[in-house]
Amino acid sequence: MTEPYVLETRNLVKEFKGFVAVNDVNLKIQKGHIHALIGPNGAGKTTVFNLLTKFLIPTRGQILYKGDDITPLKSAAIARKGIVRSFQISAVFPHMTALENIRVALQTFEGTSFSFWKSGNSLHKLNARCMELLDSVGLAEFANTTTVELAYGRKRALELATTLAMEPEILLLDEPTQGMGSEDVDRVVELVRTAAKGRTVLMVEHNLSVVSKLCDRITVLAQGAVLTEGDYATVSADPQVREVYMGSDGSGERGASESHENAEAAQ
Amino acid sequence: MNQPVNSADIHKAIVEQQAAQDRRKMILNGVLLVFLLAAPFMMYPVFLMKILCFSLFAVAFNLLFGFTGLLSFGHAAFLATGGYTTGYLLSNYSGLTTEMGILAGTLASTVLGLGFALLSIRRQGIYFAMVTLALAQLVFFFFVQSPFTGGEDGMHGIPRGELFGLISLDDNMNMYYFVLAVFIGCYLLVQRVVSSPYGQVLKSIKQNEARAVSLGYNVDRYKVLAFVISAALAGLAGSMKSVVFQLASLNDAHWHMSGEVILMTLVGGMGTLLGPVVGATFVVNVEYQLSQGPLRDWVDPILGGIFVLTVLAFRSGIVGELQKFVKKNLG
Repeated sequence: MTEPYVLETRNLVKEFKGFVAVNDVNLKIQKGHIHALIGPNGAGKTTVFNLLTKFLIPTRGQILYKGDDITPLKSAAIARKGIVRSFQISAVFPHMTALENIRVALQTFEGTSFSFWKSGNSLHKLNARCMELLDSVGLAEFANTTTVELAYGRKRALELATTLAMEPEILLLDEPTQGMGSEDVDRVVELVRTAAKGRTVLMVEHNLSVVSKLCDRITVLAQGAVLTEGDYATVSADPQVREVYMGSDGSGERGASESHENAEAAQ
Repeated sequence: MNQPVNSADIHKAIVEQQAAQDRRKMILNGVLLVFLLAAPFMMYPVFLMKILCFSLFAVAFNLLFGFTGLLSFGHAAFLATGGYTTGYLLSNYSGLTTEMGILAGTLASTVLGLGFALLSIRRQGIYFAMVTLALAQLVFFFFVQSPFTGGEDGMHGIPRGELFGLISLDDNMNMYYFVLAVFIGCYLLVQRVVSSPYGQVLKSIKQNEARAVSLGYNVDRYKVLAFVISAALAGLAGSMKSVVFQLASLNDAHWHMSGEVILMTLVGGMGTLLGPVVGATFVVNVEYQLSQGPLRDWVDPILGGIFVLTVLAFRSGIVGELQKFVKKNLG
């Protein structure tokens, strides 16, 4: 039987001193899916991301990529294998041009990234591909602009293009629409939809309308553990999910503040 | 996506802009070269050589500090290791030609640099600075205790010898042009490193390390290489210095020296190519001028004041501020 899941975690646990941030999480990400990871603040979504990309070391458990155990690999090695992440705060190289940002990603596979004696002009051959990628996110005209001068939404688009330059098999997006106005959100939804063709995407997202539009499957995390999993209709009808999101268990302030945030996100 | 843009045109513009930048750099380098070639006819060559040696030291330091974002507080160790190794070899093995002695000194500090790097590179920020400082102090005490260095007295009377066994370096003019040639070679090397494919990766690591990791770069390895190149060039500066002054002393190993190179780099402009050269020239001149006058006991406080002023008011240093000015006013 062929392995239907490209990415899988088995009993993944992350303990910080006196606190279990991720508790026995079993994720199964099916190839070609756009899979969302949702849950209230502090549910451990970003921690899971950090574990998958080894920015944090799991306390226990396994991570499997196409059936192979990749738990011991380092961050850089995981990226080269094709699991590439973005960050919650836009991760760009601020004092490089948009084109250079993307070129650095392409350089990973060039085999000249230690060549300190080579002319910088040897990188010009990558420029054409950079321009294609920039064009695909509508940034071609900003190729020569220093990134720090780009507007926030454009930085995020640049980040996505840089991530795509790695030709990832699995794209891990940490809140791609965070801090965006509604027009930008629509643009990002389109970009993600395009980027997801032929790939698998795992995204953390607060904005439930984005999730409902994009995602094939949703895993809900609460307090570090998987609460439930399913498609949007199943998950949104689940009373447990309503409970953690809306605080209908009457758990007082915490529940109230979260439901407020959630209402905002869901607009 | 929005409006049609011709990618090829933009690409062409970028390449042309790059070429124009390279041309400007060449012109600037050319002017400086002419000046440096003529300088010993107008100024005392030994003083000029002192400036060149410290410039090289600062250029080496800046590769790590300005271009990689790693603040080493132990670069004196490399300057001193280069100087002592070369001094010892040239003093004790008369068959050795000068350039071999200098090469050996450079090699010694390269190896030391690799050791430092492997022990410190996983630390960040202030911890990295502290580890390099601690290691450099170890090296300092080693030199204090070792009999071959002459301890507090230093190593005197290092023979300048003959370059390739042919050209006598006792002649200050010959010595000057040799030092100048080495300096130019190293300067061009660093210029190359910074603009190379490797330099691009360094830049990205400096600007956003986590992102560089997520793009598949094993950042520690890139940092180690930068550290080693920097240590090698710093050692070379120390080696040449010991030959020029025929002296290797504990001053070069003292943490004071590690501080001074930071000052030079900051005053001149960190992360610029020419900045450390301008900074070293400035600091060496200020020290010299002050030591001649009634303020000779006030050298350190005055340099300290300049340091504070730079950090507070001229963050980008002399060259950095000039670059900003040119960009703002001349397009």
